[in-house]
Amino acid sequence: MAEENGDVSGIATLTKKDFTSDQEPRWCPGCGDYAILAAVQGFMPELGIEPHNTVFISGIGCSGRFTYYMDTYGFHGIHGRAPAIATGVATANPDLHVWVVTGDGDALSIGGNHLIHALRRNVNIKILMFNNQIYGLTKGQYSPTSEEGKVTKSTPFGSVDHPFNPVALALGAEATFVARTVDNDRKHLTDVLRQATEHPGSAFVEIYQNCNVFNDGAFDLIRDKQQGLHNQIRLVNGEPIVFDEGTRCVRVGENGRLEIAAVADSDPSSIITHDIHGRPSLAFALAHLSHGPTEPTCIGVFHEEDRPTYGEAVRSQLERAVERLGPGDLKTLLHGGDTWTVG
Amino acid sequence: MASRPTGSMTKTVEERDHVVIRFAGDSGDGMQLTGDRFTNATAILGNDLATLPDFPAEIRAPAGTVHGVSAFQIQFANNDVTTPGDHADVLVAMNPAALRADLDKVARGGTIIVNEDSFTQRNLEKAGYASDPTTDGTLDGYQIYPVPMTSITVRAVESLGVGKKEAERSKNMFALGLVSWMYGRPVDVTLRWLEKKFGGKPEIYEANVASFNAGYNFGETTELFAHQIHVAAAPVTAGTYRNVAGSQALAWGLIAASVRSGVPLFYASYPITPASDLLHELSKHKNFGVVTIQAEDEIAAANMALGAAFTGHLGVTGTSGPGIDLKAETIGLAVITELPMILVDVMRAGPSTGMPTKNEQGDLLHAMFGRHGESPIPIVAPSSPADCFSVAMEAARVAIRYRSPVILLSDSFLQNSSEPWLLPDVDALPTIDPLFAKANGSDFLPYARDERLARPWAIPGTPGLEHRIGGLEREDRTGDISYEAENHERMTHIRREKVDGIAADIAPLEVDDPTGDAELLVLGWGSTAGTIRAAVQRVRGSGERVATAHLRWLNPMPTNTGEVVTKYRRVLIPELNSGQLTMLIRAAFLADAKTFSKVQGLPIWADELEDAIVRMLHG
Repeated sequence: MAEENGDVSGIATLTKKDFTSDQEPRWCPGCGDYAILAAVQGFMPELGIEPHNTVFISGIGCSGRFTYYMDTYGFHGIHGRAPAIATGVATANPDLHVWVVTGDGDALSIGGNHLIHALRRNVNIKILMFNNQIYGLTKGQYSPTSEEGKVTKSTPFGSVDHPFNPVALALGAEATFVARTVDNDRKHLTDVLRQATEHPGSAFVEIYQNCNVFNDGAFDLIRDKQQGLHNQIRLVNGEPIVFDEGTRCVRVGENGRLEIAAVADSDPSSIITHDIHGRPSLAFALAHLSHGPTEPTCIGVFHEEDRPTYGEAVRSQLERAVERLGPGDLKTLLHGGDTWTVG
Repeated sequence: MASRPTGSMTKTVEERDHVVIRFAGDSGDGMQLTGDRFTNATAILGNDLATLPDFPAEIRAPAGTVHGVSAFQIQFANNDVTTPGDHADVLVAMNPAALRADLDKVARGGTIIVNEDSFTQRNLEKAGYASDPTTDGTLDGYQIYPVPMTSITVRAVESLGVGKKEAERSKNMFALGLVSWMYGRPVDVTLRWLEKKFGGKPEIYEANVASFNAGYNFGETTELFAHQIHVAAAPVTAGTYRNVAGSQALAWGLIAASVRSGVPLFYASYPITPASDLLHELSKHKNFGVVTIQAEDEIAAANMALGAAFTGHLGVTGTSGPGIDLKAETIGLAVITELPMILVDVMRAGPSTGMPTKNEQGDLLHAMFGRHGESPIPIVAPSSPADCFSVAMEAARVAIRYRSPVILLSDSFLQNSSEPWLLPDVDALPTIDPLFAKANGSDFLPYARDERLARPWAIPGTPGLEHRIGGLEREDRTGDISYEAENHERMTHIRREKVDGIAADIAPLEVDDPTGDAELLVLGWGSTAGTIRAAVQRVRGSGERVATAHLRWLNPMPTNTGEVVTKYRRVLIPELNSGQLTMLIRAAFLADAKTFSKVQGLPIWADELEDAIVRMLHG
């Protein structure tokens, strides 16, 4: 319990412990979820967010358990519906910090509809989507982010489904904050989550998360320290998009498409300078730079924009209604219209 | 502000106890509006009344066809009116299709007023008539009044500079004016309403007034109608009344519950017929702090309401037909998380899309059992349009007090119908204490329980009560996840006992048995109350001893229900389904109850129920 007697003794005293529940995490040993949990528990005290004003909401899947390990308010919902529950919470009380923890199956398959609608409404929720490109809890079926040809228990001849590109999907749904990070880079993960937290409105963060039991190594090209050096395209606001130890860049090609090229072969003016507040179409192009984590892939914040949050819009409409109609009065409501009196 | 009836200056007046009028026309003819206006004028006159809108599922089916007929029926009387009437004394048919669709709903010898102008060869064909029924003998035995409504209307408004189309559109006001004259309805009420509605569009307003007056004067001056009919005001309890439709009363009941509990109302819903009217009505009252969300789908609406309930709001979602199927999983989540939430199911004819605008009480067993696992839930049903108000408050009281989802089973008849409502004393409405949990220094136990087995309602934002809930089985008291065998059994029992315990907190089943020795009990629930009352009044009138009782709570049922249903030798349960309450009653009490079933999308008529009662008594 963070506060024994309901007295909030000041945010400066909060530590990781205040966000850690007494439940023992039960993910498989070596699961990427542990690192994400530790990062979240670790950075929340720094932001001065109080546990009692924080709500974690999750769906079904391995990520769903996350809620139980945070000593905040928590709601472990049903499959795919966490963004809808969170919309209810964040709209009922716009002062709360509301987080949704979900996975690729939960968010993009059964819950796809709620995800896109929460994003377009700009509900003030932070959505952490753990993407491991597999159904882990049900023991290894392909997911909506699994690559074509994926051999799993349900696709012994290989999957014929075309995968979603989660970042592009979120951008298409007009999300106001879209980012991607990886589970094993604590600094990058924390940095992205901090920016998501500070963003007023929906924040969608795809986290490449390794499932070491059912899909081990799916993100090695990006996650692995050595390979990552060459294949992570780190997006830094205001900086030219250069990677692979400064040797390669993202530039505008001849047909106007983005392409990866050697810095040495590129006119410096053709190299893209990342602007998170720029056109969403550019962010969309960056999202499509790779077909998946099997080639150089962007991580970091793709896009951010200011738009009123849903909770604030709803609240201000309630306030305007009171200004226009006066505070609700039951007698006026019931006795309004045509009445007649029998003596 | 009672208006005086307008008496004829030139014609005699005939007294009647009760009258049933049915307005029928094309969907685009404005029959619902006409009926609604006639109802308001009738209510203000002090007649008791009941109404039944009957419209097609299609917004605008092909004009002039039987599929596109929209009708509105009203019964009004100088005494207690319990139903919109079995058969119409008067049918106003705006075109041949309306006549064809509704002729069988007119009492033998009844009056039929047709818009003569619409009985063209083409329209007759569209309605499927080979010859003109007004002249070929089809209507022998009825009193038929052909009135050239369209042409008189067009003439009446021609000086006002409105287009021919607009002029023709206002012929419903002509019909309203004519029928208003026939029954001495006050004109000021309708004129005031027209001003409010069309005040901003002077030529439309004037055209409607001119049409209305033309209809009224037509009745007064033409020789067609020999006399005016007068229905005296009904003797009713003193007080202030208004006419109210079920959808309004239900919305206002939810608002009243919010005001009287201090718990803000949060309504999330996906558009669906006929539940959408609830969303429309609640959306108007944001000055009560009512949050309304039109969700992306039925499932989202339920989950938003549940999330709001977790956050300390009265979370409500409403739906009809297939929407309840989609919400089932979320209701199960509400059962295990034990949060105050209301699901309003405005029942309509199913299965699947079924008949969206037609009525049925087909969801009782779905409400009882339509979730996986053992998932008990309180179920309550209003019995009349005005009753929706107090039932909504009652549902909220139980949801909040017991930290439980509650299903409120309304239906499309209750939703759309209206009746006079004796307005309650607002200050005397029950209050509801939400009893939000507060930190008290000891470890918080989110699944500890009070004497009603209700768990604490600890809302986010409260320091010291951070806790996690969810769909996995909870450990008793701590609320931690538990797969422990005995705990699951204990929790299953607790959830059931909690819901069963509500029986002690609701009114006992009231039995109306005037002689105390009835042979037969007619047991009902929901919107059949009016019909049951009417039918039983009739059989009692012929000396039969029949008792009635009407269940408001279907789960749990009042504690004396078993005693009541086993006391009578015969039990008849009229239902707009194949016998769902009968199944519950037989299973719970081993009572030999029989069903009177009707699944036509229409109300049970009092005369058919009357026959069924007599058959059961003497069959």
